Amino acid sequence: MDKIPILRMGQFLLVTIQVDLYDRLALDLEADLVKMVSKTGARGILIDISAVSIVDSFMGRIIGNIGVMSKLLDAETVVVGMQPAVAITLVELGLPLKGVYTALNVEKGMDLLKNKIQLDEEEEIGPDDDNSNDLTE
Amino acid sequence: MITATISLNKDTLNVLREQDVVVFRNRVKEYAVKIKMGLVNQTKLITAASELVRNMLRYANGGQIIIEVVSRGRDNGIRLTFKDEGPGIPDIKLALTDGYSTGKSLGLGLPGTKRLVNEFDIKSEVGKGTRITIIKWANG
Ligand SMILES: Nc1ncnc2c1ncn2[C@@H]1O[C@H](COP(=O)(O)OP(=O)(O)OP(=O)(O)O)[C@@H](O)[C@H]1O
Ligand SMILES: [Mg+2]
Repeated sequence: MDKIPILRMGQFLLVTIQVDLYDRLALDLEADLVKMVSKTGARGILIDISAVSIVDSFMGRIIGNIGVMSKLLDAETVVVGMQPAVAITLVELGLPLKGVYTALNVEKGMDLLKNKIQLDEEEEIGPDDDNSNDLTE
Repeated sequence: MITATISLNKDTLNVLREQDVVVFRNRVKEYAVKIKMGLVNQTKLITAASELVRNMLRYANGGQIIIEVVSRGRDNGIRLTFKDEGPGIPDIKLALTDGYSTGKSLGLGLPGTKRLVNEFDIKSEVGKGTRITIIKWANG
């Protein structure tokens, strides 16, 4: 059966979604990503949706879930390359992509992740390392 | 408001399984392209259609969809009619409220769809089924 490949790039995982996902594929991706993060200890996930023309509430929920779960495993999720028409539609639909960051392209997304991770590490050495509030927002 | 419309072209699809969703979305896309609907409106229409077809599958085990090209003066549009023989919706006003869901979901589908299209009509009878009609104008 079809599967969406997950590419490992250093401490990050890159997923490029090329087709409009049908539900089974999306659910598998969610499960695969979570497994992969816990197996590899990856610190970030980049989901490239530049080829995706429709994000409905189902897809949005999957992306949100990936964000929440990766956070529990100490990784951040960045969605990159959202088409403008998709972004406009998501706002009107009222779908909050909670727990995920967005960036214009893979390169910028990568920079964002690197910054996030660096900030995290600085916080951890700092005197006030209670970042449990990250999870409650 | 009910707008006087003329139906120009028509297609009926049965949606019974998840796999039918992709086929249906592609068909809507073809229709929208044919009437030269802009990309943003296309995206809104297909997203709305996707929400409604998902509801139909999830709450009513599928149903039938009519895709039509309609016209109003100079403007063409796509009308989609979703008919199911599911359990019906007891309180439509509530179902149209953001965040209301009996399916432990986000409850965005119906209110979001209403925002994404130009015309939205819902009729539902408990025990009989639900019928939802939406129109998106090419230049709406
Ligand atoms: N075709 C239908 N037949 C019966 N009940 C329906 C149908 N469509 C929607 N409903 C009811 O209306 C409620 C609201 O639907 P809506 O699409 O707004 O939210 P949802 O499907 O629960 O969540 P989301 O779409 O955000 O995943 C549903 O929870 C369900 O109870
Ligand atoms: Mg729904």
